[in-house]
Amino acid sequence: MFPDVIDTKILRFWVDDGLTWVVRYWGDGFEAAAYPLLQLLISIERFLLWLPWWFIIVLLVGLAWLSTRNWKLPAVVFVGLLFLGVMDLWEDSIKTMALMITATLTAIAISLPVGIVMSRSQPFRRIMMPVLDLMQTLPSFVYLIPVVMIFGPGKIPALIATIIYASPPLVRLTDLGIRMVDPAVMEASRAFGTTPRQRLLGVQIPLALPTILAGVNQTTMMALAMVVIASMIGAGGLGYQVLQGIGRLEVSRGLFAGLGIVVLAIIFDRISQSFGKQLQARIGMAEKRT
Amino acid sequence: MSQREKYAIEIKNVTKIFGPDPQSALDLLKKGKSKAKVQAETGHVVGINDVSIHVEPGQVYVVMGLSGSGKSTLIRHVIRLIDPTSGEIYVHGTDVLGMSLPELREFRRTRIAMVFQKFGLLPHRSVIDNVAYGLEVRGIGKQERRMAAQRWIDTVGLSGYEESQPHHLSGGQQQRVGLARALSMDTDIILMDEAFSALDPLIRSGMQDELLKLQAELNKTILFITHDFDEALKIGNRIAILNDGAVVQEGRPEDIVLNPTDPHVEQFVADVNKARAIHVHTIMDVDVSESCEFSVPDTARCEDVLPLFADHEWVGVVDSEGNRVGRISARRVIKALARYHKAVTTGP
Ligand SMILES: Nc1ncnc2c1ncn2[C@@H]1O[C@H](COP(=O)(O)OP(=O)(O)O)[C@@H](O)[C@H]1O
Ligand SMILES: [Mg+2]
Repeated sequence: MFPDVIDTKILRFWVDDGLTWVVRYWGDGFEAAAYPLLQLLISIERFLLWLPWWFIIVLLVGLAWLSTRNWKLPAVVFVGLLFLGVMDLWEDSIKTMALMITATLTAIAISLPVGIVMSRSQPFRRIMMPVLDLMQTLPSFVYLIPVVMIFGPGKIPALIATIIYASPPLVRLTDLGIRMVDPAVMEASRAFGTTPRQRLLGVQIPLALPTILAGVNQTTMMALAMVVIASMIGAGGLGYQVLQGIGRLEVSRGLFAGLGIVVLAIIFDRISQSFGKQLQARIGMAEKRT
Repeated sequence: MSQREKYAIEIKNVTKIFGPDPQSALDLLKKGKSKAKVQAETGHVVGINDVSIHVEPGQVYVVMGLSGSGKSTLIRHVIRLIDPTSGEIYVHGTDVLGMSLPELREFRRTRIAMVFQKFGLLPHRSVIDNVAYGLEVRGIGKQERRMAAQRWIDTVGLSGYEESQPHHLSGGQQQRVGLARALSMDTDIILMDEAFSALDPLIRSGMQDELLKLQAELNKTILFITHDFDEALKIGNRIAILNDGAVVQEGRPEDIVLNPTDPHVEQFVADVNKARAIHVHTIMDVDVSESCEFSVPDTARCEDVLPLFADHEWVGVVDSEGNRVGRISARRVIKALARYHKAVTTGP
């Protein structure tokens, strides 16, 4: 056995007491700060539930067509959505969709600026890289506990856990996309007397957009991957059905809800990927890569 | 000061050293150590070493050197895409290094335009929006800048491609976009960093001709970078030859061809088509007493008169007004081509 060098018990007490202290004195503050997030989630959920089912089908099938100009993906999307409706999973799917959309929007709002700053500041990137590594490798259950302690079980901790889990790829890809912009193009832009802001908005972001979009795609997928875990701390939707299926040993319930998650994943993955490819083709990146 | 304003571009004793502590490397360089020595001892790369050049308004000034000789580093200094380790830079008498950041931006927006070897086009914009880019940065309204852009698109022969994306064009067409983008700025100085080097030989030759034609019409000051000695001879009014970051010879093309002062330059000269490089007026006999049946203008090059020697022993040389200024024989041409150093007196 490895010799006892320090008493880990004390260390653990420190951490636990510290957290309890934070919960006691700052818990309300955190909750208040996260309240707008909850509002966003609830409004998106209400709005999507208010929309007639056929409208959502038309919308997503239309997006699928716009992204590919081809009948294949729209057909897949149509069949998938019908499956959700027929299997009585519509409302749960919408709730899951709302969670995913809220998490993705919030992740975009946080990750884009962080990624942009990383791409321009070497020291900041050096700090952020290990933080991102940690966020991606730390099992989500580990930060689930403190998040639940601070916010109490419910939709907010589910949302926050999802955002923590789903943001890193978007931050990384934003940073990468901006740094990968052809230096020759950047130099030409500089030679014409542009300000850093003009270069960021007029050159770097447009040229990094396909890469950023790939990040958004990954963020959506990771948010969906979190729905079952998120439902353990209060998020409803398909994840909750899977959880119930496990709890009640109802294989069918878990299986169908699980398939529902897969359907959502396919729909959002394919549509966003196709839009990314379209964008790449427009600026000639697709050809350069091959 | 008036002396200074005489030049469109003046680069004075500019040295650029890349690395974390350029000053210490600069001291070594000043003690006379070579680029390779400085690099071996300090790990610093000498980009350019004590370069001075003067470009007069309306000149096509060519800086020629092999890859890595510091050409790009030099031309980037003119608009301060790079700051020198030491030295001074003036454009039309204005101290470029003394400019504040906003002044520098204004300077880049209005005084100088640049064409790049790798084109540097914005891939997400159409041809016309690329050409109008400089004007857009300058703050010109959409209507006006697109009209100006259209004019230059027509001039460089890209009419019909206005709405194309750059990556759908060939290399030669893309560089025409780059050229139109610079020309549309309507600056009197244009910097061209190996602008034609990425093009196929045939297309390159065509672009050179077009540049000369445009230059005759527009009378810009052009600082042109190339690694191709033939290209330098073809388009340069003056040539500076760079080696390891330092100017090894500077002068008119024919002076360099007739009288290379450096072994490095001699290597270039050995390979060059001298009949094209040497103007007849630099090697002609200034005797105008005897009449000649046939005359050529004093802008002619040796290769232009060679065929005439089949029927004439002497060919006259006349200036732009048609006055005889000298005559030339096959013997003189052959002597020059065989590189007898400055065998004869130079012309006017
Ligand atoms: N940013 C840089 N950092 C370090 N070394 C550089 C940098 N830019 C150029 N150099 C070096 O300076 C020298 C001159 O380069 P450059 O001006 O690009 O040459 P050219 O354009 O004639 O091919 C080369 O040895 C090159 O490696
Ligand atoms: Mg170069």
